[in-house]
Amino acid sequence: MAKYKLNVNGAEHQVDVDSDTPLLWVLRDSLKLVGTKYGCGIAQCGACTIHLDGKAARSCSVPIDAAKEKKITTIEGLSEDGSHPVQQAWIEHDVPQCGYCQAGQIMSASAFLSENKNPTDQQILDAMHGNICRCGTYTRIKAAIKTAAKNA
Amino acid sequence: MKKNIDKTRRSFIKVSAAAGGGLLMGFNFMSCEAEPKYLEYAAPDFAMPEKWNTLNGFLKIGENGVVTIMSPNPEIGQNVKTSMPMIVAEELDADWDRVIVEQAPLDTKLYKRQIAGGSQSIRLGWKDLRETGARARQMLLKAASERLEVPMEELSTSKGKIYHKKTDKVLDYGEVASAASSVEVPEEVTLKDPKDFTLIGTSVRNVDGFNIVQGKPLFGLDTMEEGMKIAMIEHPPAFGMKIKSLDDSAARAMSGIIDVFRINVEPEGWNPQWSDVNAYPELVAIVGESTWQVMKAKKALKIEWEQESKLESSKDHVATMENALASKKGDEARKDGDPNSAFEKAAKIIEKTYTAPFLAHNTMEPMNFYANVTADKAELIGPVQTAQFLEGTLEGVLGIPKENISIMMTRMGGGFGRRLYGHFGTEAALISQKVKAPVKLVYTREDDMTQGTYRPAYMVTYKAGLDEDGNLMAFQIRGAGIPRSPIFANRYPAGTVDNYRVENHDLETNISTGAWRAPRSNFIATAEQSFLDEVAEAAGKDPIDFRLSLFERAISNPVGEENDYDAERYAGVLKVVKEKSGWGKETAGIHRGVSAYYCHNTYVAQVLDVAMEDGLPKVKKVCCVVDCGIVVNREGAINQIEGGIVDGIGHALYSAINFVDGAPQQSNFNKYRLIRQSEAPESIEVHFVDNGIDPTGLGEPSLPPIGAALANALYKATGTRLYSQPFVDQVELLG
Repeated sequence: MAKYKLNVNGAEHQVDVDSDTPLLWVLRDSLKLVGTKYGCGIAQCGACTIHLDGKAARSCSVPIDAAKEKKITTIEGLSEDGSHPVQQAWIEHDVPQCGYCQAGQIMSASAFLSENKNPTDQQILDAMHGNICRCGTYTRIKAAIKTAAKNA
Repeated sequence: MKKNIDKTRRSFIKVSAAAGGGLLMGFNFMSCEAEPKYLEYAAPDFAMPEKWNTLNGFLKIGENGVVTIMSPNPEIGQNVKTSMPMIVAEELDADWDRVIVEQAPLDTKLYKRQIAGGSQSIRLGWKDLRETGARARQMLLKAASERLEVPMEELSTSKGKIYHKKTDKVLDYGEVASAASSVEVPEEVTLKDPKDFTLIGTSVRNVDGFNIVQGKPLFGLDTMEEGMKIAMIEHPPAFGMKIKSLDDSAARAMSGIIDVFRINVEPEGWNPQWSDVNAYPELVAIVGESTWQVMKAKKALKIEWEQESKLESSKDHVATMENALASKKGDEARKDGDPNSAFEKAAKIIEKTYTAPFLAHNTMEPMNFYANVTADKAELIGPVQTAQFLEGTLEGVLGIPKENISIMMTRMGGGFGRRLYGHFGTEAALISQKVKAPVKLVYTREDDMTQGTYRPAYMVTYKAGLDEDGNLMAFQIRGAGIPRSPIFANRYPAGTVDNYRVENHDLETNISTGAWRAPRSNFIATAEQSFLDEVAEAAGKDPIDFRLSLFERAISNPVGEENDYDAERYAGVLKVVKEKSGWGKETAGIHRGVSAYYCHNTYVAQVLDVAMEDGLPKVKKVCCVVDCGIVVNREGAINQIEGGIVDGIGHALYSAINFVDGAPQQSNFNKYRLIRQSEAPESIEVHFVDNGIDPTGLGEPSLPPIGAALANALYKATGTRLYSQPFVDQVELLG
């Protein structure tokens, strides 16, 4: 066990965990930030996507050691009140079915749009390739990202 | 808040994001903008009532008119948590903007069938949900008539208010809710004429949508209770194996590990229910403080396994099914006319065999359950489609009477049939009982994928005989399945052909199997509709016209008396899809396939457009026509249909679980291929048949036919017929 200081959603947190603990489990078990989801543990499904210094990262495959100097943002910190344009677009298009993958989808989409404010359809498809939606809401996700780009 | 964000709210809720406390993140791209942005959708702004008045088990009304409606059935993504309360709200004439939805507790005396399965929640709940709303409305009217001293017949209701037109008096439901709660529940009620529906048939947003996009804890895996420990299981590496010995010394010495032990969810002398399908009854359980610590300890276990039954392999499964169809006589499920002589007389015979592998469910949220079992009580929280059956299983396994067992149903990160089999709930309870502490059992993805209740493997041989004019004279379906044949003997094309025969071969396995979204249909529709496409071509007929000609026979003079479909509704969706898709119109580079199927009481027809891009298929568009009777929540229904189409295309093209010596060869998403964003159709267009018939299933019916629409389109694109799923294994598709 070792003590780590983390900057999560704009606040400092101290945690005491094994040094090889993936950030995902620090967020979920230690900080009770359960919006970040466990899906595969090997960075294949995208359910655990967060932002590290503004860039999308799969938290299941980021050891806590690699995150300690960085600004970590989870779905809970994307906005205080669900007002982020991507969250609003997700509501506009009534995207979720089961909803489990959607936090990861939203975190991937918001990081992508922060770097590409006017994406083409193909760029959206490529950017979202790492996020699986088992319910098959892909067409809505694509439409919501286009709406978010327009409204941002 | 548990209120959906309604579109009518948009115009007046305009909250500046900056004024609402400011955005937390510097990199948030909204904050880069000079102008503040405005919220279109926000949490509902009504106050919670001080007092709730319970009118019946489904609803309570506050003194301020806010209504809480209980959603009886578990939510797996089929959106019943929105659509079932809508039905109550419709007959209640509630104001949906002031409705809160809550997940009902498990209480089958009150809520009857609390199952997510078979696409039946709306169909079977329809009458009771309507009557529940109508009864409560009647009670409010009675209370209002006494308050206003006017006859009940002179009162009308709309959006949570009661009107007396003669005196221009208006009462809010909240004002009479307390009095209404002591009115005797009326035995008979009049339901609305569907023509007068104001909420049903509109689009209402997912009631949990705003919570989902904010990452609120809604799912079983999000459960956090005081003193809770984390548990995981280790199961044998292959079907046919069991635990021989356990050396847990290394695992026990690791930090955060509390206990390691063996559990058996099937104690001797215990009678399983249908829902007690389970890959491995005996498991090793590891309990510790945190998920990661337990995951690491799980890898440090030294377990010796031993063989207890046959170690099966996929190549043997294929051979077993081939042999069954080639040599053995199966069980004849239906025979009309004299198929053998008809085939002898036929001018042309087409015979083709279709196969599909086992599939895993792969819900995005892996199996998990929270349990706190004490000496005489069990409290469980978690994602299960059949809580009412899990309760019975727990009673038998734990030795605790049902009345001391509570199961809270959480929102589920997908179901697809996997959570019909709640052994993970039983495992969590046994582990809690043993360690005398509350535990949350968590499956890793690998546990989840390699300990499945898989979709069975199938093989079916279709044979059609045509006369010289291309008319269908004889039809035979011989099916094999591990463990059950996939054929529905009385479904189309039964009833459309004089000489017809079905034969089933059920083949044994020790691999655990179960219902997977649209059981049996998820395979047989693709086989049947691909075959009919080939038969239509051999007959020299347009594939839609060929199918319609068969329905004409089934309408005018059906063969046999037990045909399990309505030929007019079936033909109806095909006619509409023909028109809506512009069937017959050729577009350069676009190849079209058609398919139609009936299951879960619903009729679906689809036309799929595919283009080959860099040698790979790209689905450009799917036009889908659905006859599910009355559509309760339009946008939610469209979402279900889109999802079924994407799911069906994905699994037909890409997915398989293969076995070698009993061991599943795919254990995570690096090997098990699921459809991804860039592989989904570019657009999906959905049309409903508006016929006012009581609603039928929606969660499953759009999935089965789409595999054939895809195969038929790919035949046009490549000249190759596809007989074996997953299609991607056929190299010619890859150019």
